[in-house]
This record gives sequence, C-alpha cells and structure tokens, in this order.
Amino acid sequence: MAPTPRPTSPNIQIYRWQVQMVSSILHRATGIALAVGTLIVVCGLLKLAGGADGFNQFRSLVASPIGMLLMLGWSWALFYHLCNGIRHLIQDGGAGYRIPQFVRSSWLSVIGSLVLTVIVWAYVLTAGGAA
Amino acid sequence: MSGKEAVVTDRRSPLKIARGLGSSHSGAHHWWVQRVTAAALVGLGIWFVVLVLSLHGADFETARARVAQPWNALLMVAFLVAMFWHAALGLQVVIEDYVHTRWKEVVALVAVYFLAFLGAFAAVLAVLRIALTP
Repeated sequence: MAPTPRPTSPNIQIYRWQVQMVSSILHRATGIALAVGTLIVVCGLLKLAGGADGFNQFRSLVASPIGMLLMLGWSWALFYHLCNGIRHLIQDGGAGYRIPQFVRSSWLSVIGSLVLTVIVWAYVLTAGGAA
Repeated sequence: MSGKEAVVTDRRSPLKIARGLGSSHSGAHHWWVQRVTAAALVGLGIWFVVLVLSLHGADFETARARVAQPWNALLMVAFLVAMFWHAALGLQVVIEDYVHTRWKEVVALVAVYFLAFLGAFAAVLAVLRIALTP
C-alpha cells in the first residue's frame, strides 16, 4: 500500500512557548497514558472476580512504591484529561474562543488537574496506607 | 453521439453525492461519538474515582460486594464501554496523525481495535461474574 500523502506542520521550534500548546499536547499525551492505564482497570476487575488471593496480590502491587508512583501519574492524567476534556466540550459548543479566554481556560485545566490530584492523594494518604 | 455523454460515469445528483458524507467517507460520525463518549465519561469517570476511593482500605469481600451492587455493576459496565470506545477512537486519531506508512497504519488501527474489544469484553465479563455469582 502506498504511503498516505499528507500536509506537514511547521517544526515545533518555530513557535514561541504558549500555555495553549502545552494544554493541547498534554491532552493527547494523557489520553495515550490513560489508554494504557485501562489495563490496570481490567486487571483489578479480573482479580476481583477471580478470588481473594489474586486480589490481595494485586492490591499489594498497587500499594508498592512503584505502584503508588504509577497511580499518582495516572490519577493526574485522568484529572487533566477530565478538566481539559470538559474545556474542549465547552469549546465544541462554540464558547471560549477569544484568545484571553482560551489562555485562561488552558491554565484552568492545568491548575485544576493539579488541585484535584492533591485533594485525592491527601485523602488517600490521610485515610491511612495505600489504595 | 456526443463526447460529453461518454464521460458521464456517475448518475447520482450533485446533492446526493454531497449530502452526509465528507471526504473521509464516514461523515462526522467519529467526531460525534468521540464527544458523546466524552460527555458520558465526565459523569462516569467521576463516579469511578469516587467508587475506587470508597474502596480504600476495604478487604476483598467488601470490595466485591460493593461492585456487585446493581447500580455499581450497571455503571461499571457503562463506564467500561464508554472508556474503551473513547480510548480506541482517540488512539485511532493519534495513529492516523503520526503513522504515515499505509500498511503500518492499517495494522496499528486494527490492533488498537482488537485490543480495545478484548479489554472491554474481559472487563465486562469480570463485572458480570462479580455481580451474578453470590
């Protein structure tokens, strides 16, 4: 099969740094990370269906330092994709396209996702032990 | 016999050709389903996070009983279907954007959809086992 001829974008180093390009690329990156993270959801449900031994094994794996680090990353990815996804849905409705609004909502997605991640992990860590 | 008649190969009206489908041959269907599943996942995603947090520190029996509750099992299946559908649609766009060798693109797209279906079926079957076996 022949390669698909497609227009190409200018190289990334031409652009001055702007928060909008960060929010855009983060949306895609967190989307890919979350698609990989679906494996954890499937694994957890299979273990929960399978029996206590496997489930406890799964839980101690998630509660291990590396497991916690991955869960921290995935929880932030989820909250970022959620916040920025709501932003995109609002934009799809035709709102928020003026440049100051666009910049402000980009920052709102980034900061909102960090705040949500901190809240959830504050709950997890103060409620004792690991997920 | 005129030369003009000889080149007519398509007898559909211009309106019939234009209506509904664009150059992708599937219209805006992909775009629309991506948004519908996104809207569903706003609610279902928040519900999922709350459920997982509520299982924090719970033992196996408690966790299983919680997921087995009718509303939780129903919402979990809805979450899984929306999640895998949304993920496959999203990965499809990424592959179409970055993989420019046609056969690699097709192989990657088929692989993503196979894996998404397998993941969704495995997870939904697990929820059914949890919900339906006492």
